[in-house]
Amino acid sequence: MIGFIIRRLGALALVLFCVVTATFFLIRISPGGPFDQERKLPPAIEKALLAKYKLDGPLWQQYTGYLADLVRGDLRLSTKYRNRTVNEILIQTLPVTLTLGAAAFCLATFFGVWIGTFAAIRQNTPADTGAMLFALLAISLPSFIIGPLLILVFSLTLHWLPVGGWGGFSYLILPALTLAAPYVAYIARLMRGSMLEVLTQDFVRTARAKGLRDSVVVYKHALRVAILPVVSFLGPLAANLLTGSIVVETIFNIPGAGGFFVNSILNRDGFLLGGVVIVYCAMLVLFNLLVDVAYTFLDRRISLNG
Amino acid sequence: MDDPRLWHRLRRRPVVWFSVICLLILFFAAFVLPFLLPTDFREPSESLLAAPSFIHPFGTDLNGRDVLYRVLTGTQISIVVGLAGALISLFIGTLYGMIAGYAGGRVDAAMMRLVDIFYSIPRLIFILVLINALNAWVKDFAISMGWEWLVLYSRIAILILSLGFIEWLTMARIVRGQVLALKGRTFVTAAVALGQSHRRILIQHLLPNLLGIILIYLTLTIPAVIIDESFLSFLGLGVEAPLASLGSLLSSGASAINPIKSSWWLLVFPAFVMIALLLSLNLLGDALRDATDTRTKK
Repeated sequence: MIGFIIRRLGALALVLFCVVTATFFLIRISPGGPFDQERKLPPAIEKALLAKYKLDGPLWQQYTGYLADLVRGDLRLSTKYRNRTVNEILIQTLPVTLTLGAAAFCLATFFGVWIGTFAAIRQNTPADTGAMLFALLAISLPSFIIGPLLILVFSLTLHWLPVGGWGGFSYLILPALTLAAPYVAYIARLMRGSMLEVLTQDFVRTARAKGLRDSVVVYKHALRVAILPVVSFLGPLAANLLTGSIVVETIFNIPGAGGFFVNSILNRDGFLLGGVVIVYCAMLVLFNLLVDVAYTFLDRRISLNG
Repeated sequence: MDDPRLWHRLRRRPVVWFSVICLLILFFAAFVLPFLLPTDFREPSESLLAAPSFIHPFGTDLNGRDVLYRVLTGTQISIVVGLAGALISLFIGTLYGMIAGYAGGRVDAAMMRLVDIFYSIPRLIFILVLINALNAWVKDFAISMGWEWLVLYSRIAILILSLGFIEWLTMARIVRGQVLALKGRTFVTAAVALGQSHRRILIQHLLPNLLGIILIYLTLTIPAVIIDESFLSFLGLGVEAPLASLGSLLSSGASAINPIKSSWWLLVFPAFVMIALLLSLNLLGDALRDATDTRTKK
């Protein structure tokens, strides 16, 4: 188990190194610099700026210098938001993105598992068909359709919830719903299929034969096994939520890391972009690791040493 | 896969009919209707942000352009990008999966490990960076060559290429699995015993048996590429003005609704067309997959 974790952390370092390298060279080699504006800067000023941001000298020296800074945990200065470090920006914006992501994560897993189980124990009834139709619809619709439509209905027509921005709990509802909707549907389908399969197994029949109540059989015995495919989807789920939150933050004007990410690309703000990409990739790989470890506790048949 | 009853099973499913008819209507609307409409639909009119009326069934936008015409041409661009991107990913995925599955052993393990690594990277995040870098290059190149058309369509070309390059992973896995299953069958063993070249075995014996599954996943990859393209266009990194795809129309539609004056028609009509397109493609793909009953997990 420990060997497995160490190996995976080694892989994390490798993935991060590749991602950093690719991002750095893609930004630096492509035409256009971070300080390009309508009016050309005087050469002396541009030179001073480049020196301040350590973008002078040969490319490979810039690269190794950047890597050395990264190892020390210094993500450098943003070239767009002058005098703010990337660390500062991330510390301010990441909590927002993580709150949104965590809310959507809870919504997606809770409702996904619940709807899936609900449909499975009522297989081939109208309730089941209805739930699966809803799931199909939600799974086909991207967040940039669901989000604006929700705003149109709940904010502009019914005036129940704020249009956008960030504040109390009411600001969280629509964005989290938008972000979670397709994954509620996906998990519901996954859960329904796996629950149907588990309900035919012998240990479920044994539990029934013992005279246990239906709810105990389903929620205590069957759920524990049927939930395994959902657990293995949690890793990809986190990745999708993180990518999806970029759009959702844009739709709802939420001051999270996703908005800065998009702007950093448009502004050719290389260090900010690099910082966001590094943090995102690291979070995803770590989360996947966590899911794999959690899996062994849920399913004793799997061993990570093999 | 060559099951003659497959067609009969499909024909009995109302879902298949529904999605095929929906797709035919959308194709007609996107590729024929724009040429049948009177030409003054293409020109901006005097009335800006007009609500839907008899003259402008879908209303007009901020610049007085007819929304119906913009939605139709937007659908056209979305379908072209989806189709072309899916074809590229199909080509790469099939080639990669066939080689991995056929070679087997260590080559297979290494190639599939690479796919696993690609899966773990947030691809859309990376594609944003890639597109932005490529865009600057291609634009500079087009301007230096004086190719006006390439300047206009450079973004679309880049989008198609890069989306094709990120969507092939699932296809590669599925094709590899199928090749592994086929490799043990007698007709392949016979071909090997006859001393046929690897290339000939791959192309003449394996590929025809893979076509069914490839086509099914093509119908599921097209909506995936369309969604990815819209995702990028929504963030302002996809199709550039004056051209528009459904994604960029939705993006301007989303910014047109606000508490002061909400021009709902800019959002609702592109959203409706997009929903119809994605839903019918997904329904068709799902129905095909269920009918052939290939137990493949994403």
